[in-house]
Amino acid sequence: MIRTLSYAALSGTLLLSVNASAKDTTTQQYIDTLTELGYPAPKGNELVHIPPTMEDLESAKLHPELKRVIRRGYDLFTNTQQLRGENVFNNMNCSSCHLGEGRMPFSAPVWPAAVTLPNFRGKNDHVNNLEERIAGCFTYSMNGKPPEYGSDNMLAISAYHQWLAKGVAMYPEQPIYGRGFPAPDRPEELSYARGEAAFEEKCSVCHGNYGEGLRVGSETVFPATWGDMSNNWGAGIVRIFTAAGFIKNNMPLGQPNSLSDQESWDIAYYMSNQERPQDPRYTGDVAETLKNTEARFHKHSMYGQTRETDGHVLGDHRNTGEKPFLKPDSIRSRTFE
Amino acid sequence: MKKIPILLTAFGLSSCSAWVFAEADAERGAASAAMCMACHQADGGGMNIAGGESWPRLAGLSATYISKQLHDYKSGARSNASMIPFASMLDEQQIEDVAAYYASLPATQGKGSEGADEATLNRGQQLAERGDWSAYIVSCKSCHGSDSQGAGGDFPGISGQHAGYIEAQLQAWKAGNRKNDTQDLMGSIARRMSDDDIHAVAVWLASQSPAGN
Repeated sequence: MIRTLSYAALSGTLLLSVNASAKDTTTQQYIDTLTELGYPAPKGNELVHIPPTMEDLESAKLHPELKRVIRRGYDLFTNTQQLRGENVFNNMNCSSCHLGEGRMPFSAPVWPAAVTLPNFRGKNDHVNNLEERIAGCFTYSMNGKPPEYGSDNMLAISAYHQWLAKGVAMYPEQPIYGRGFPAPDRPEELSYARGEAAFEEKCSVCHGNYGEGLRVGSETVFPATWGDMSNNWGAGIVRIFTAAGFIKNNMPLGQPNSLSDQESWDIAYYMSNQERPQDPRYTGDVAETLKNTEARFHKHSMYGQTRETDGHVLGDHRNTGEKPFLKPDSIRSRTFE
Repeated sequence: MKKIPILLTAFGLSSCSAWVFAEADAERGAASAAMCMACHQADGGGMNIAGGESWPRLAGLSATYISKQLHDYKSGARSNASMIPFASMLDEQQIEDVAAYYASLPATQGKGSEGADEATLNRGQQLAERGDWSAYIVSCKSCHGSDSQGAGGDFPGISGQHAGYIEAQLQAWKAGNRKNDTQDLMGSIARRMSDDDIHAVAVWLASQSPAGN
């Protein structure tokens, strides 16, 4: 049997396949759909995994009670606002950033966390498991307080992550296709004015002229891109390259890869120049906080920098938004001593 | 609201002067709407016409959305042989009044889902509520709001709209005959939908409650 390069590249994810050629065709169609949308094809030996859908769950050979828990995890992931005031203190859902219910490549698909953790994480300088990684999203992106480790909700959200990783080997050695929000090359110059203009032209119909987003009743339709109802200064997406990668690969909704690299970076730069709730790692002093977090995080954001348009020092405030505390108790360093 | 005058300028209408009119008045709008009733009905419920041109329900839709559509018929940004002559008879004040009038009416239930089979309805529900990301078809609710009952003035309520109207509009977007949506947001999705998908989502939406627009 002659195996194409792409087949060889994919075989690592298809070990359980009973009909390799049918799976190969499915995977090729999956890649074709993505490349038609402007995404790059897998390079070299990148691991391509097609996460199962909720329809697949119904026919899966799993205990009915586990299916019920995975459905609960899906429901929490796509409507995280049901935890508002308890774990979530802004307008975000998990699926606000992880598009396609956490399944889409180039939109920080969440299944890699289930097969690559526990692992060392630079952001907090210790080994994290899946629950602690999810806790990070609640702490920063939801400006909130994570569901307790081992709680029903935490277990359900974890179960949904693991379900999406079904069939992938633990600790894969290959790089993962479409992981994270891959950023386009950084242009030479970023412009606040161009970013502002592009935001008004391309983003404001949904996210509002002031980044406020749009809610209908108690549900978020379009998330806030900055301000009290958005993620706080500690969320990964405040890093300009992460935001640029998110925007380029996913925005405007339904039109991935339609913005130029320059537009994506300019919009990301403009967004990183707006205020949002304080970083939970705040020590009481913005300069000190920046010093503590710069090397591994804030060197990529505008936190602690002076905004060129009005001289405002970004992040120099004690505003925690709707959240009545700065830092959740469960967020702590680990030494394993 | 900064963008609205810009939008009007883009469609060749006066920018600032358009807003020097008296406040929209639903009661005045009722008088102007007399000519709309032959198709859109006295209750604003429109009519689903199987195999023909369905007339949309206007009752309970966003006034901003209705006003934009009437402006677009006048300017040619939206094309429809039946609507253009009527829209052209309305002046700026009348457009705002008619829009306010229909927005004030209680929403009525859409038709066209009767007799649809379960598989079609299930597929329609999937597209409306979760989308089909394998084809990059994002869900209706991700822009049209929870339960697709509308979100702001740009994203109309489509839940409880007539199936025939929704299907015709999605087909028009797919074929490029309708393109007055902001930034091609609807067009880029419609072009990825099969005829079966368009039919399925139209009948499922028609079967849902229009309340809350």
